Amino acid sequence: MNADISLSAQLINLFASVILLLAFAMLAQRRVLPLINLFALQGLTLCLSTLVVAFTTGQAHLYGSAALTLVLKAMLLPWILHRLVRQLQVRADVEGLINIPTTMIAGIVLVMIAFNVALPISQLSSTISRGTLGIALATVMLAFLMMIIRTKAIPQVVGFLAMENGLFLAATSATYGMPMVVELGIALDVLVGVIILGVFFFQIREQFDSLDIRNLEKLKER
Amino acid sequence: MDLFMLMLAIPLVSGALLTVVGERAWAPNLNIIASLGTFLASALLTAEIVAAGPRFAFGELFFIDSLNVFFVALTAFVGLTTSIFSGPYMRNEQEHGKLTAPRLRLYKSMFQLFMFTMLAALTTNNLGILWVAMEAATLTTVLLVSLYRTPASLEAAWKYFILCGVGIAQALFGTILLYFAAERVLGETGNALLWTHLVGVKGQLEPTIMALSFIFLLVGYGTKVGLAPLHNWLPDAHAEGPTPVSAVLSGLLLNVALYAILRCKVLADGAIPGGFAGNLMMGFGLLTLVVAAFFLSRQKDIKRMFAYSSIEHMGLITFAFGMGGAVANFAGLLHMTMHSLTKSAIFFTVGHASQKCGTQLMEDIRGLIKINPVIGWGLMLGTLAILGMPPFGVFASEFMILTHAMKHHPWATPVLLLALGVAFASIFGKVQPMVFGETHARPLPHAPAITPVFVHLAIVLMIGLWIPPYLTRWFHEAARMLG
Repeated sequence: MNADISLSAQLINLFASVILLLAFAMLAQRRVLPLINLFALQGLTLCLSTLVVAFTTGQAHLYGSAALTLVLKAMLLPWILHRLVRQLQVRADVEGLINIPTTMIAGIVLVMIAFNVALPISQLSSTISRGTLGIALATVMLAFLMMIIRTKAIPQVVGFLAMENGLFLAATSATYGMPMVVELGIALDVLVGVIILGVFFFQIREQFDSLDIRNLEKLKER
Repeated sequence: MDLFMLMLAIPLVSGALLTVVGERAWAPNLNIIASLGTFLASALLTAEIVAAGPRFAFGELFFIDSLNVFFVALTAFVGLTTSIFSGPYMRNEQEHGKLTAPRLRLYKSMFQLFMFTMLAALTTNNLGILWVAMEAATLTTVLLVSLYRTPASLEAAWKYFILCGVGIAQALFGTILLYFAAERVLGETGNALLWTHLVGVKGQLEPTIMALSFIFLLVGYGTKVGLAPLHNWLPDAHAEGPTPVSAVLSGLLLNVALYAILRCKVLADGAIPGGFAGNLMMGFGLLTLVVAAFFLSRQKDIKRMFAYSSIEHMGLITFAFGMGGAVANFAGLLHMTMHSLTKSAIFFTVGHASQKCGTQLMEDIRGLIKINPVIGWGLMLGTLAILGMPPFGVFASEFMILTHAMKHHPWATPVLLLALGVAFASIFGKVQPMVFGETHARPLPHAPAITPVFVHLAIVLMIGLWIPPYLTRWFHEAARMLG
């Protein structure tokens, strides 16, 4: 293995670790605005790591994916979320009820599980970024955990989007990315989804005077 | 113009058109005409496929064979009858002050876009696009579930979005793994997600990756099918959304999600020896069936009850496809058709019944046969049909599934019989007093459109008594493709 490839492999691993760290940071962030900024940073890191893979392997369509990630996940989605927070005036929302140390420990357990599940698959992969598949799965699971423990609507949606980041990382690390038409479709779905949720938040707020989704626990089997 | 393009273009264009023109007196008719156009295009397309065999469209991006054309025809047909039903129904809701004109506009345009996403999901050859279309189908219906803007409907829509979103994210991971397994065989040509290419090399796909991929796909798309334990969104979304939406969610969306699983199962079966995928589906199917049957007995809301009945039937169908083989696949496909037609017919009658009585609570709905004998009999016959009474078609398919299970998986028979028995007792015991009994209901400002109910039930009855030979051939063909 020549030095060039090993440098980029290290860079890819570095970026993947940053993504994982950001996933933990998001898990521990109680305030909504810093949370959105962390999400934007995760998108940016994802874009950089995709760029390194694209540059090293010469896969032209990965440049497209990187550009899409940059525009959508590091700029457009955080901008929409910031706008929503401003319009809904939930800037000061703080999650009170989460126990951060316990959450962190649960997160670490999830990371270990993810690495174990991903190990046999990444051994079969021949891509330069195969080592990051475990990190990708861990990011998905941490985002999942975040969705479970959050009680406010916007952090839940950020968790949903972070899950999509993890899936994107999985796609680039196992296979150098999905075909472009599929990636465009996924990006469109995510964008439309966030816009619809934005509309939806206003409906929730109008009805309940808050974005606390504990209001949304009435429908149960009695 | 090409029939296939026409079929996809009509709902897309009319969805946009309905947004632009807004709520007019003739907007419901435009909705019906668009659905009729889609249905005619799909019927002609079906005739073409049956006569000339499978074909591609837009290069290799779309692929229509005897399996999906059957779902396409069914989807377009139920779409048409639902749009006929929804005209007077939604007008009545407006008169009752539950909906405003802008929301009716939203309803109609989203309905057409929903049809578009489902038809796209059914006909696409690319498993990635299949995922995209499935997610888009959720997105188009989220705002429909919350159309009434009541606290309960908002909660239902939120749950629907989040649960299906999480589920579908699992399916995306499964798709990525599938792509990974395929790329090792097919190379980086961009064909590695095309089903027609995958099916040719399914024996060479790496079994460990495929097993993991199929688990994720089954859990992911299974969330949308309503498989336990991720079925919680389904009763809420069905009960709180407007009735036409319940009818298409139950009759169509669940089918399309199951179709996605079936396509993946064919690949997993080829790659993994020992019937791994089938066993997994049988397990999930049985669990779903039992869970739903026991929840059925506790329901008070009529739409919620029939939503659980949908979960129950989806469990049964999943079990049937899990058993596999020509007979079980045939029965599964037949049951899917029968369930779609019967369940949407039931939702049509339930919609009018609860509109008349001003409630969805079953204890307040009484004496339908006196208020409106047509609705009363419609509900009674629909209920008998969905419960699998002969001579309706559901009986034929349930009988086939049961006998096949007895022969090949005898251990499952008691569970199946118990669940079906519990479901029968719960539903019949609750529908009977609603149809008969004393009443205090009010007349509706717009006469309900009840024809679709009886068209659906007549088809179900006919298939119970006599399946036309071309339909049999078509089912056989499709069942054979599933292996």
